[in-house]
Amino acid sequence: MSDNHLALISHLMRRAGFGAGRDELEELSSKSYEDVVEDLLHPERQEDLQEDALKRYNLELSYHDAVQLWAGRWVWRMVNSRRPLEEKMALFWHHVFATAWYKSEHSPTIIRQIEMFREVGMSDLRTILTELARDPAMNYWLDNCENHADQPNENWGRELLELFSMGVGNYTEDDIKNAARAFTGWTFTQPIPLYPFGHYTSEFHYLPEDHDDSEKTFLGHTGNLNGEDIVDIVAHQEASYRFISRHLYNFFVADEPQVPAWNIEPPNDPDAIDALVQAFAENDGQLRPVLRTLFNSDFFRQARYRKVKNPAELVAGTIKLVGTYDWLPAPGQSVGALSGATSIMGQTLMNPPTVEGWHTGHEWIDGGTLNERVNFAVNQFNDLSSPGVRAIVERLARDGALSPDQLVERCLDLVGPLEVGDQTRSALSSYADSVGDVDLSTDQARTDNAGKVARMLQMIVASREYQFA
Amino acid sequence: MAGNGSGKAPVFVVVQLTGGNDFMNTIIPYTSSVYHDNRPLVGIPQDQVIPIDDTLGFHPQMGAFKDLYDRGMVGIVQGIGYPNSNRSHFRGMDIWHTCEPHEVSTIGWLGRTLRELDPAGENPLTGVNFGVGLPRAMAMPGVPVTSVSNLDNYGLMTGIQSRERDQALDIFKQMYGPAIGAGPVMEYLSRTGQDVLSGADLIKVAPERYQSTVEYADNPIAKSLRDVARVHTADLGTRVFYTSHGGYDTHANEVPTHPKLIGDLSGAIYDFFADLEEHDADDNVVMLVFTEFGRRIYDNGSGTDHGSGGGAFVIGKTVAGGLYSEYPSLEPTRWVNGEDLEHTIDYRGIYGTILEQWLGVEAAPIVNGHYEQIHPFE
Repeated sequence: MSDNHLALISHLMRRAGFGAGRDELEELSSKSYEDVVEDLLHPERQEDLQEDALKRYNLELSYHDAVQLWAGRWVWRMVNSRRPLEEKMALFWHHVFATAWYKSEHSPTIIRQIEMFREVGMSDLRTILTELARDPAMNYWLDNCENHADQPNENWGRELLELFSMGVGNYTEDDIKNAARAFTGWTFTQPIPLYPFGHYTSEFHYLPEDHDDSEKTFLGHTGNLNGEDIVDIVAHQEASYRFISRHLYNFFVADEPQVPAWNIEPPNDPDAIDALVQAFAENDGQLRPVLRTLFNSDFFRQARYRKVKNPAELVAGTIKLVGTYDWLPAPGQSVGALSGATSIMGQTLMNPPTVEGWHTGHEWIDGGTLNERVNFAVNQFNDLSSPGVRAIVERLARDGALSPDQLVERCLDLVGPLEVGDQTRSALSSYADSVGDVDLSTDQARTDNAGKVARMLQMIVASREYQFA
Repeated sequence: MAGNGSGKAPVFVVVQLTGGNDFMNTIIPYTSSVYHDNRPLVGIPQDQVIPIDDTLGFHPQMGAFKDLYDRGMVGIVQGIGYPNSNRSHFRGMDIWHTCEPHEVSTIGWLGRTLRELDPAGENPLTGVNFGVGLPRAMAMPGVPVTSVSNLDNYGLMTGIQSRERDQALDIFKQMYGPAIGAGPVMEYLSRTGQDVLSGADLIKVAPERYQSTVEYADNPIAKSLRDVARVHTADLGTRVFYTSHGGYDTHANEVPTHPKLIGDLSGAIYDFFADLEEHDADDNVVMLVFTEFGRRIYDNGSGTDHGSGGGAFVIGKTVAGGLYSEYPSLEPTRWVNGEDLEHTIDYRGIYGTILEQWLGVEAAPIVNGHYEQIHPFE
């Protein structure tokens, strides 16, 4: 049963974080599953990453306009943070509140938005939506700066209801219009233009003279409503609990159809959604109890390898396995390579295609992106001197010599444990049979045979099953 | 009726200029005072323009292009665009890619076209993209498209050397065998994996077979078009090629940037057609060069901001060269939003022209409607 415990912790770390190496898994396995969940839910129990050294070696990070590098720094945090759920929740909200750099080309606000998700991502819906409504990147992205008392712009009001809280079918067009009017006057301080010193940052700014003070009716509430009132009402709707629960299920548990289908197609597991909705309702919209319910549930524990990894998960998880970019990138490496890798797999962080966000699940994969996913993972295992490969070889060496079957089993175990189907297993066995017994008992034998282990690992990370989290 | 008289299947090459090419500095209204008055910085002096006629001329870096034009191979589609141009690159490109101006779609017009050209998806090389990431234009569920970032090193396991790679590919093939009963996503992964394998297997002969006396320049678009030529001349059944040339978003520093881009493009297209001619492979190829939008009429002191009303080119041996549609009016009263050129022909009509008059595919279901076409194949 202890192996199953480790496998379950591994599943938890892939979903609530970006995976974990075997040493870390063994350390975590000394605790109960529920205690590991509690630690994840309380990131403040762990030290935050110190980034001074990273910045010393990536000088461009002192300059906010290098947005791709900042996206790389985010992947670097996913790899190294001792607070994995904090990073995972930031990614979750980035999926839901998709804001892209390409419209404003204003990096400081985009970078700041992700920091904000990191800070409040596990608080409560009211806080999160308030911060979102005040966020300059979002404000510009959905044109609330063009939302004036005498000339309302509905873009933000509409998406707040449709994509960020309640979902289609739970409000009227009049509710949208009144929500938009309530947010008139919500804008941001003008950043100094790009040249010659790079973009300045920008802050939330409220212009009372541009706010529509007349009476508004929103979801049955009437009065001189302001933006805070709209958020307060929205954040306590059951529809919002349900909509965000479905997002959480889709992101953490198993792939759902894409968001536009949600008011047509029922959830995969209606009972699971009900359990999350109930946790929201009983806790006044707080995220932490909902996540606790989710991670401790049977439906979560039973969902191993039921989700296609998003590119950030694939890249960060693979890097964690090989142990490169550990705290500091090696000389010559740039964290920009990390964001470059997710980009060619179809996920340019901080630059999602539209306000709808990325299409997830199997839509991550086409011929081109599968090619990139497989080659990226395989290439990470080319270097036999990487810490992760060396650690795996040393662990295997404890067994002395490995028969072909043992080589397959042990490598699958150390990569996940990864569960594979018959086809993959027999293909891996055919490779193992071709190399015969692998002797790792002496230094010389390890030098001679490490390549065979690495090749087995390469075949495993090339598999269909490895595409799933 | 579609056809090129050569008995070969018609082939279509798309070149996307990413970022919004400055049409007014590509086909220049060099005698217009409006042009010169509004572009004190980026405007091209009248005496440097390569004249087409009494009012329009090519950018001075486009000498090679002018050569093709003089040979009657270049149709210039003036004022191409769409109503209510949205100045977002993404939405703009999306609208061009999907022919859905009002909603976000993940299915591309060339994806739909490929389904018509190869309904059973028999050849993974019917559609080939050169570049990183599949353009949405080529995407459609169930339509295999091969997307190549580096033709000389394309395929799976390229980080593994020689015979060991063959073994790795063999294992990959076994691992991605039919996954009947393993669920739709696993089945989809299997099919995709097999498509990548077979596509890579088929396409690898292209660099092996190719020989040419044409020496392309060393720049990204020349490299991409050489890749198109290598695969086209290998005769692998590809009907639609796609590639992109980036960097056209010239808000700033347009004066050094744009001439280099447009010069590289012009030279690369010239070399491409010379290469095809050398291989006697040019009579069944038509190229469309497009961009998501044109740029603002007036410059901003460094470059030009996003605008509308751009231009496209239809190029090939079977094309009747010349000017198509109308140059957008420079009359200030006709400017859209007081600052943009007004489009004079809808891009979906140009797609329709190529679909129906070149590829022989009904346009309406692909471009979502009926739009005015031009007639460059007569």
